Amino acid sequence: MAEEKVTAEDGSAPAAGFAARLVRLADELRGAGLAIGSSELLDAFAALELVQWPDPEQFQEALAATLAKSPEDRRVFDAIFERFCFSAAEVQAIAVEPDKRSSARTPGSAAGKLDLEKLRRRIAQALASGDESQLRDLARLAVAALGKVKGSGVLAVDAQRIVRALGLRVGRQGDELAQELDITDFTREELRDFEHRIRDELERAQIARELKLPAKRPLSELARTLPTTPVQDLAAVHRVVAQLRRRLASQGHELRGMRRHAHVDVRATMRESLQTGGVPIVLRYRPMRPRRPEIFVLCDVSTSVTSASTFFLSVLHALHDSFRKLRSFAFIERVSEVTPIFQTERDFEAVAAKITTDAGVADVSGYTDYGRVWRDFLGQVEGELGPRATVIVLGDARTNGRDPGVEAFAAVTALAGRSFWLNPEPRLYWNYGDSMISAYEPYCEVFECSRADQLEQFVKALTRPRVV
Amino acid sequence: MAPEPSSYLESPQALADGLLAAGYLADDSAALVSYLAARLEKPVLVEGPAGVGKTELAKALATSLGRRLVRLQCYEGLDEAKALYEWNYRKQLLRIQADAEESGWDRVRDDIFGREFLLTRPLLEAISSPEPVVLLIDEIDKTDQEFEAMLLELLSDFQITIPELGRIEARTHPVVLLTSNNSRELTEALKRRCLYLWIDYPAPERELEIIKLHTPELADAIARKLVSVVQAVRELDLKKPPSIAESIDWARTLLLLGAEDIDARVLRQTLSVIVKHRTDLDLVAARAGVVLGEEPASV
Repeated sequence: MAEEKVTAEDGSAPAAGFAARLVRLADELRGAGLAIGSSELLDAFAALELVQWPDPEQFQEALAATLAKSPEDRRVFDAIFERFCFSAAEVQAIAVEPDKRSSARTPGSAAGKLDLEKLRRRIAQALASGDESQLRDLARLAVAALGKVKGSGVLAVDAQRIVRALGLRVGRQGDELAQELDITDFTREELRDFEHRIRDELERAQIARELKLPAKRPLSELARTLPTTPVQDLAAVHRVVAQLRRRLASQGHELRGMRRHAHVDVRATMRESLQTGGVPIVLRYRPMRPRRPEIFVLCDVSTSVTSASTFFLSVLHALHDSFRKLRSFAFIERVSEVTPIFQTERDFEAVAAKITTDAGVADVSGYTDYGRVWRDFLGQVEGELGPRATVIVLGDARTNGRDPGVEAFAAVTALAGRSFWLNPEPRLYWNYGDSMISAYEPYCEVFECSRADQLEQFVKALTRPRVV
Repeated sequence: MAPEPSSYLESPQALADGLLAAGYLADDSAALVSYLAARLEKPVLVEGPAGVGKTELAKALATSLGRRLVRLQCYEGLDEAKALYEWNYRKQLLRIQADAEESGWDRVRDDIFGREFLLTRPLLEAISSPEPVVLLIDEIDKTDQEFEAMLLELLSDFQITIPELGRIEARTHPVVLLTSNNSRELTEALKRRCLYLWIDYPAPERELEIIKLHTPELADAIARKLVSVVQAVRELDLKKPPSIAESIDWARTLLLLGAEDIDARVLRQTLSVIVKHRTDLDLVAARAGVVLGEEPASV
């Protein structure tokens, strides 16, 4: 890492330049949304005095322990830390070792044969010793030297190409190397390992390239955005949903634990006072009855919101665990109740599959017909909506030119206690084209729901205890 | 303090060895953050899924540093009286009634607000202990924000103000660990004061080492099978994925049963050791046929 190389000779006391770099790193982290105050920075400096700097893992871990205070923050921290140190390390590596790069200062030009051999040797040594940081730096060097050629766009293919260009082969190396090394061949696993590293570096470079344009914010968005493509991951969805589930479970506890409006139970207090000779020292309160909200969720499962609807269905799952009376409805052109599916299936892929096949919500065209949905819904649950009911709609309000059914929707929200609309589109797109969200806005609370933290805000609003 | 425990504080590696001697296999980040906490005298906030060893870390740290462990188990509704200190009302009343006529009120008043009538709860105990201790505040996310606010003064200055007695300052600084299951967001002020450590489910190799540490008599082959099965079960969408505590329990169970191998039959018998919900049991049992096959699988 650049910092260690620059100040390693000094040893203990950080150079003034280094302190400035750390402050700059903190500034970048702040720009990405981490809350870092001066006290945390001081802690970071104090922690750095205790760790071994040449060990990049310890260095990064010590910084992370003082600056990144949650798993999401840690992910953002890792990304920014890599980016912060990455280019510096690259430049340093190229500049500090003139014997390796004497002919080629610019990484784009073809590396001389001598450079490649030395690189191969160093790779063999690093693989034998298992030195993580060394391997990472070497992978970066390889990518910097050979990766600038226009690649095929597929990371795995590019990685293989680079490995081949380096001349790393399984089996015996060239004879001149065999004399200098004890290890004369790479095993298949070692080669694969190095190829993976090169692939990681290519990926990192790609991310850095693509996100460089609008400064620092997108990096945190990346860490926090809901997955928009099915590829981008069930794992990420699960993570967000699992966290939501925990929070929802605890929100219920908060409701139960509030004592603000508790009444003193006189009889229990007097009984307790017998222990202290008739003097009521300890007060006993009447138990608070927790609110049991009834929730009706309507989820748009048409193709215009496919990825979002998959996510929302998993959110419904989380809600099911935490709220006792939750009734879920799916709609495209007709609305149909899907509560039993949630109760029997745990895997939300199975749920999604079942909803599309069994629920009978789609008709010929597959485009959402909001007007009909509201009318049908009103007909189905009119008798059950009451002041304790909450209605949540997950949809993008794109009516495809059909009647939005505002009167029916107004009737539904008038009957229910509270109504929410979650729109997965960014706010910018609302009311463009056939989005009729403004027609529904007067009757409910509308939330934009394209990022995980927005979803959290909605959950907070949903579970906020109401003064009855 | 005995020379041995303090020598564990020379470097993170030394502390990791100390934790290992106490029976806890710590990964690098845990050892490093514990080391920083002990040296910098800052509290540590440990977060992670249930059962990954957050409480065990505190216990092992106490053992390896040679300190007593003071534990405050947080629950919803925990208040100052249960956590910090409380006056022993009944004793005070009895004292007043016993002495009602003889002594004057002044003497009695000085008496009843003395240390004798003070019930020390864990936090006060940790502070006023003459020997340094390790203070474990377990599951702090179950308490509310008022409790956290009360903790702030304690954690930053290690002192408590009792109106009748005055200010009690710590003679020794305890090593403070706070654990949280991440069920709610803790206040910024509290997070600011603490170092942060996230303990996650371990990688397969690490889990194998942990299993071997706790059940050395278990055969290597079956331990590996166990680890791969548990890792596979974690991938499923369960209500409560099995954690390290459950893997260790399962290893002990298999040892007790004298199982030679983990086949479908053994798995179904012992499944409730690692999976704790009805729906999860069904899901894993359904998949077990796919994972292991009906006959004893070769390793």
